[in-house]
Amino acid sequence: MIRLFANANYDFIRWRRWAYGLTAAIIIPGFALFLVRGLNYSIEFTGGTLIQVHTAAPVGTGKLRAALDAAGIRDAEIQQFGDPTEYVIRARIAKGGAVADGSTEATAAAVDSALTRGLGAAPEHYTIVRTEAVGPKVGRELQGKAFLAIFFSFIVTLIYLAFRFEWRFGLAAVLATFHDILTTIAFIRYLDLEVSLVVVGAVLTMVGYSLNDTIIIFDRVRENLRKFRRQNLYEILNLSINETLPRSVLTHGTTMATTIALVLLAGEVLRPFALVMTFAIFTGTFSSIYIAAPLLMDIEKRWPGEDARGARAFRAAGSAAAPEPRAPQPTR
Amino acid sequence: MFGTIRSRLLATGVLLALSIWALIPANVTQRVRDAATGRMKDTTIRRVPINLGLDLQGGIHLALEVDQSKGPVPDCADAIQRAQRVVRTRIDEFGTTEPVVQLQGRCRLIVELAGEKDPARAKGIIQRTAFLEFRITDMKNLFRDALPEIDKALRQAGVKAPGQGAAAASVTQLFGADTAKAKKPAKGKTAAPDTSEANAPGALSSLLFQGQLPGEYLVPEEQVPVAESLLARPDVQRLVPRGIELRWGTEVMSRAARSYRALYAVEDRAIITGEELQDAKATRDPLTNQSVVNFVLSRRGGRTFERETGRHVNDYMAIILDGRVQGQPPVIKSQIGQRGQIELGAKPLQDAQDLALVLKAGALPAPLTIIEERTIGPSLGRDSINDGIRAGIVGVVLVVGIMLVYYRLSGALAVAALGLYVIFTLGGLAGFGFTLTLPGLAGLVLSVGIAVDANVLIFERIREELQHGKLVRTAVDEGFRHAMSAIIDSNVSTMLTAFILYLVGTGPVQGFAITLIIGIAASMITAVFVVRTFYMIWLERRPDMATLSV
Repeated sequence: MIRLFANANYDFIRWRRWAYGLTAAIIIPGFALFLVRGLNYSIEFTGGTLIQVHTAAPVGTGKLRAALDAAGIRDAEIQQFGDPTEYVIRARIAKGGAVADGSTEATAAAVDSALTRGLGAAPEHYTIVRTEAVGPKVGRELQGKAFLAIFFSFIVTLIYLAFRFEWRFGLAAVLATFHDILTTIAFIRYLDLEVSLVVVGAVLTMVGYSLNDTIIIFDRVRENLRKFRRQNLYEILNLSINETLPRSVLTHGTTMATTIALVLLAGEVLRPFALVMTFAIFTGTFSSIYIAAPLLMDIEKRWPGEDARGARAFRAAGSAAAPEPRAPQPTR
Repeated sequence: MFGTIRSRLLATGVLLALSIWALIPANVTQRVRDAATGRMKDTTIRRVPINLGLDLQGGIHLALEVDQSKGPVPDCADAIQRAQRVVRTRIDEFGTTEPVVQLQGRCRLIVELAGEKDPARAKGIIQRTAFLEFRITDMKNLFRDALPEIDKALRQAGVKAPGQGAAAASVTQLFGADTAKAKKPAKGKTAAPDTSEANAPGALSSLLFQGQLPGEYLVPEEQVPVAESLLARPDVQRLVPRGIELRWGTEVMSRAARSYRALYAVEDRAIITGEELQDAKATRDPLTNQSVVNFVLSRRGGRTFERETGRHVNDYMAIILDGRVQGQPPVIKSQIGQRGQIELGAKPLQDAQDLALVLKAGALPAPLTIIEERTIGPSLGRDSINDGIRAGIVGVVLVVGIMLVYYRLSGALAVAALGLYVIFTLGGLAGFGFTLTLPGLAGLVLSVGIAVDANVLIFERIREELQHGKLVRTAVDEGFRHAMSAIIDSNVSTMLTAFILYLVGTGPVQGFAITLIIGIAASMITAVFVVRTFYMIWLERRPDMATLSV
């Protein structure tokens, strides 16, 4: 029988300051970059035209660029998309409203005719396999909706966890998830991934997944708080994380196997989604152990609970073993 | 409730049967463009009834709004409803299998055309200005009288009547004479049609059944393509009486378990067009409790209409939007001036509102502007499916491998449950008629990884209990019991997030959320219920089992 991390006894909580520092080292530069340069939003958010072209022969972006320049389309961005015969041409709507709503379609037509002149007639030399044209209004709405979705999912989670556990658990879980959103934004910024609707979907899935993971650990904390009345929260948290460690390794192993399969095999359209999901599993696991659990302890220190189920246990533990809220740190 | 193994197996079996039943390739009727004639026809094909999104099968997605660039439109919700009515009328012109025309929010129209490749053509059809006209139906039955000639011409051209054993030699009186609802016009022939052609059924006339009013013919739904192609022939066109044109109706009527589409012979001259219409409103008459549509014409239109209706009292007036007769033509009871009323009798108010919308669509055509457009080539969609399936297979193989190596026999139970999970999820998608999109496919692959989480939780718990020296049977019971709260809390919170994604998101994100929700539900059933049942069977066969392969 293979058993990974069975009866593990690591002192995870001890490393919380290091974890906070590490995560800040990831988030702060990423966020600074995000504030300075923004994100690489897809045209779904910015408005504009996207045209995916499949060419008969590998032509290179230079030739496409020349074809578009010759037709006077200068502000378009050309990118190879996987194979050297697949290209994506993006023409975003310039800020300042020089380009009107309706001209997104005109752009598509202009690109088509420019390619015909530059590469040769349509079906033999190239085919347009995908066109997306989005007006700026839709983009603005979508941005609003994405924030709305994240906001509402937080509220609902807080309510659910307050109902099933107590509000301290809910707050710790939501803060840890918020941390995951920040690291994911930093990750997207570092890799300069294109933020499409589907990537936003991935971020939202991550919210669910990370919460899921945090809840598994908190569930064990809840149980251990009832079971071991004499231990303090520091020990209970470590015990719970260690007890759920084999499960964490297994579940994240299998899930990551599927997301990595998606990264490698599912094609260009889904790659940003799969990359974000892979990172999300990593950060979700990290935050459940190193952010959510220590945060729960910090919250409990700051606002000791009195009447909730978990809080009674803390007080019992505190009065019997060591003075809570200043938790003893036996291994230090 | 599910205490015994038998009842648990039964429940699992029922779910499995339902899922498989939902997935069995079924005959799906699709309206497709006939390559030879360029017309629409119904065909039946056998396929697995899972709807593929536009990103997987290719097609055009358009989001439209009322064009406000040339001045604000005061009531955009009303304008967009008119536009929706117009686009629905034109839907056949697209030639796509399952066109989607729906309102999004208050003022936006979504049109999805699967398989359509030419966005310029689609946009042209959608943005064309609506054209409404009123025409008098063929009150003298000129078209019916010409039918023998047409049949003869067709016979000479070698067109045979469809061999459906119709004894009818000519236009058949399907529903008998008119009911009291409308007075029979004196001009109309009431007698049964002539039987001079009794020797052979006419190619065209055997398809047509006399409707309730002059100039109305009913064509069995399955014969519509045949009739369309016959009517399109030049030799038939030539023989259609002068001053008469044929227009199809929009509604499908079912009589005696068969569906019919109405074909109207109408005058080629419009007595009035939508330009003269100013407004239309649907109301319910409080005295008679009948649905009515009141309409107002322009001053000039009122004069024309007064003259025309004066000449056509007791005639039927077809309301034609974009070449299609809308509803059943009402009878002109008396001379009408600038203000008129169309009575719909006992029909629901909804019908009246629909008709008012038709009239207004012609009166105040809503210019549409495209705010979002996506065209996905069919080859790209096919590639996406292939890539997704490949990634899915690799992912599943990895998950199965990990589970088998780590949990051995118990892992095999989980893998068996995983198989059921995939069938349940796909069955759920098909059964509830949800659409599978590319992000949905990704969600499906992802959920396979997440689906084993519940089993991992349970198995780890069983291992812990065994380690504490508990007996196998107790350890299994305790393992399931203790893992339950974690499984429920974590899955419910994920489901809540997915639900919000569905509510707030649009198109692709919704597809993703749906597969996630169905996936979570299916994984709860398989990982907890089904695996528990497997354990029960296992333990019953080997009650003295001392060690568990977990």
